[in-house]
Amino acid sequence: MENFIFGKLTWEALPHLWFTIAGTVSMTIMGIGAVAALTYYKKWKWLWKEWLTSCDPKKIGIMYIIFASLMLFRGALDAFMIWAQQSISVGASHGYLSADHFQQIFTAHGDIMVFFVTMGFLFGLINFIVPLQIGARDLAFPFLNTLGFWLYVAGAILINMFFVVGGDFAAAGWLSIAPLSELQFNPGIGVDYWIWSLQISGLGTLLGGINFVVTILKLRAPGMSLMKMPLFVWTSLCSMVLVITIFPILTVTIALLNLDRLFGMHFFTSGFGGNPMMYTNLIWTWGHPEVYVLILPAFGVYSEIVSNFSHKRLFSYTSNVMAAIAITLMSLLVWLHHFFTMGAGADVNSFFGIMTMFIAVPTGVQIFNWATTMFRGKITFDSPLYWFLGFVSTFTFGGMAGVLLSVPPADFQLHNSLFLVAHFHTMIIGGALFGIFAGLTYWFPKVTGFKLDEKLGKYSFWLWLIGFFVSFTPLYILGFMGATRRLDHYSASTGWQPLFITAFIGICIIGVGTAVQVYQIIVSIKNRKKNHDTTGDPWNGRTLEWATASPPPFYNFAVIPNVKDSDAFWDMKKSLAKDASMSDMDMITNPEKVSQLLAEKRKNQKYEEITLPKNTPMGIYLSLFVFVVGFAMVWHIFWLAVICLVGAIACFIIRAFDDETEYELSAEEVKKLEEK
Amino acid sequence: MKEELQQKNNDKTFFGFWVYLMTDLLMFAALFATYAVLRNNTFGAPSGKELFSLPYVLIETLILLTSSFTVGIGTIYARAKDVVKTSIFFGATFILGVVFLWMEVAEFAHLFAEGNTPQRSAFLSSYFTLVGTHGLHITSGLLWMVLIFIFILKRGMSDSSIRKLTLLGIFWHFLDIVWIFIFTIVYLLGAI
Repeated sequence: MENFIFGKLTWEALPHLWFTIAGTVSMTIMGIGAVAALTYYKKWKWLWKEWLTSCDPKKIGIMYIIFASLMLFRGALDAFMIWAQQSISVGASHGYLSADHFQQIFTAHGDIMVFFVTMGFLFGLINFIVPLQIGARDLAFPFLNTLGFWLYVAGAILINMFFVVGGDFAAAGWLSIAPLSELQFNPGIGVDYWIWSLQISGLGTLLGGINFVVTILKLRAPGMSLMKMPLFVWTSLCSMVLVITIFPILTVTIALLNLDRLFGMHFFTSGFGGNPMMYTNLIWTWGHPEVYVLILPAFGVYSEIVSNFSHKRLFSYTSNVMAAIAITLMSLLVWLHHFFTMGAGADVNSFFGIMTMFIAVPTGVQIFNWATTMFRGKITFDSPLYWFLGFVSTFTFGGMAGVLLSVPPADFQLHNSLFLVAHFHTMIIGGALFGIFAGLTYWFPKVTGFKLDEKLGKYSFWLWLIGFFVSFTPLYILGFMGATRRLDHYSASTGWQPLFITAFIGICIIGVGTAVQVYQIIVSIKNRKKNHDTTGDPWNGRTLEWATASPPPFYNFAVIPNVKDSDAFWDMKKSLAKDASMSDMDMITNPEKVSQLLAEKRKNQKYEEITLPKNTPMGIYLSLFVFVVGFAMVWHIFWLAVICLVGAIACFIIRAFDDETEYELSAEEVKKLEEK
Repeated sequence: MKEELQQKNNDKTFFGFWVYLMTDLLMFAALFATYAVLRNNTFGAPSGKELFSLPYVLIETLILLTSSFTVGIGTIYARAKDVVKTSIFFGATFILGVVFLWMEVAEFAHLFAEGNTPQRSAFLSSYFTLVGTHGLHITSGLLWMVLIFIFILKRGMSDSSIRKLTLLGIFWHFLDIVWIFIFTIVYLLGAI
């Protein structure tokens, strides 16, 4: 009976180790703090009505970014703990972590950083910026957007639930490679948490992918043909096309692993005809394109920034678009380079090796295009451009390491070594994360109405860049010296310790850089009057998001603009400037004048009624049910899982058959709001 | 203005639904790939050749194909706003769907009774999962059909009802196509 009610959940499963207790205590304190603050300032209703139930992609985008930032601290703490262990656990000393705990930490670091930090930031940026850049008021399916966000949150909470309820984190590496992740070798519930967390958040990602593909293809402003879309929209589209191509594969792979663990089937087991290499193949068919899902939007951010801060049209728009499309297609044909050592044979390995080298070509095209855009541009060195320049040097460096790894014989030496870890982090930190920081700095005034502090931004950039190289250069060297990844202990005779300590110093420098970023945000909020953006166009921008106020009204544009050029907003400004007989150079040196002309023009616009989606709490309810389903399945509490599954389906049905999901804003109301 | 908006809404809903179907198709593709890899890994348990009865599956297939035909006719009547004929043809689809599902469950029960459970070999795991996933889709299609008709009873043949019926029709055809692949790859190739 007890088994029926509580499944595998027993008193012994509750937190009793120092780190789970610490986790429970810190989460409880933070929770009580948040509840107390909200109650004291009477903000519950405001939070619920204005934010949590909102279908506005701008608000959902901000929530994504806040949540991803929190997860970034969680993932960074893991990185810190990994290197702290590695720099002291040598010879007779075994460090401060047990081998098992160490395994959980590196698994958590990978999962959190990829699924909940990088993906969260990207979805945040895309949510906020893409509708503005294409001149849309909302996404194609506003409900799916809030649902996707809450599923992502549910997944992130579920994977951290072990802190509160007990059990442990998966200890099978961030991709839970089979057969290690099978019941036979991992009888705990860590892998089950992993399975259900990724299944739930992956569903959210898939819904987001469908939503953005339809939005970008169907809701563009009049006149914006595909080849007039801003580069960030293009790369987001490519990234989302990849999402809808690969996330179904992830769903299936994880589901099959779950069937193995739950019902004792034999997909990836080592007995009864199961094929563990099938898991490796399937997971990397998803996994390799996934890194391009992360990097492509970052490429788009760089394209926007380079063009904007060089005050020039992007060099060779068409080849940039072609490069993004080529990367999208080729990224689906390289997955096997993750396991050349599997023994697929020389022919197969050569094919995937050559494809991998080949994919560096379109990436190179983009880098040359950016460099050529800067050439003879009138460059202003603001902090977003710093992040870009840091990216180019880091990414090229890491890219060459990648081309080296793509040669199968070399890969046989470097497989599973720290060289690989260094390469991967160079690409993700130097590529995706720097892109996210660049994008956040660049679009911050659009989101909040004031710029970030430039000086502190540049300090944090230098700390990040130096910290990054201090951390990861030793890893390349260690890889050549034969250090494998995921080591919780090594012999003193290897002579690796100084390099590990250097890497640890590097992450401390990065930590200071992150602290400066936090301080930068606080200072910027305090001095917001000084950095106020009154025109909506603080960087003298070129694309449509700058054509509306900062922060944008909830309907984005009072009047949907007509687009004639890929740099649509610049084109509008230019035609106004031409009438006022200003030259291109005048437009760059005297943006205030152009803003005045724009403001005058706006006075005479004619407004029309606007249709917008109503807020809905259904996304939260549904995700809550799904969350409990996941939790109940992890602990084998089947009655609860069934009840909540029915609840989730009921929520979906109620929403799907609701025809009253939109409301109208009359032309007079828009006029009133605009004139305020 | 209103009609234009309605048109635009329809447009994005249909396109979005097609995109969703493509993701679902990729899910099946991954399941097919797994089946193709594991189909000979019987590990001493019976293979498809010993287990499948082709005539039985052929009847299943014909029933599903017929249901696809009735759903097509039903959609045409829905567009003409003919409630009675729409109900007849969708009702026929529903009954054929239930019969198909019942036959599939009976087949599974028969395999289970003889001890050929999904736990017995990798081949059986992948077979049950692939065919069972299709069955789950059919089940959700049937549930969806019931809900739409409750909706029609309440609101009548509105534009929204027609849109829902059309989407359901597309979904049903899609399941039919997936089944044809299952019939060919699992049963026909399994029987030789």
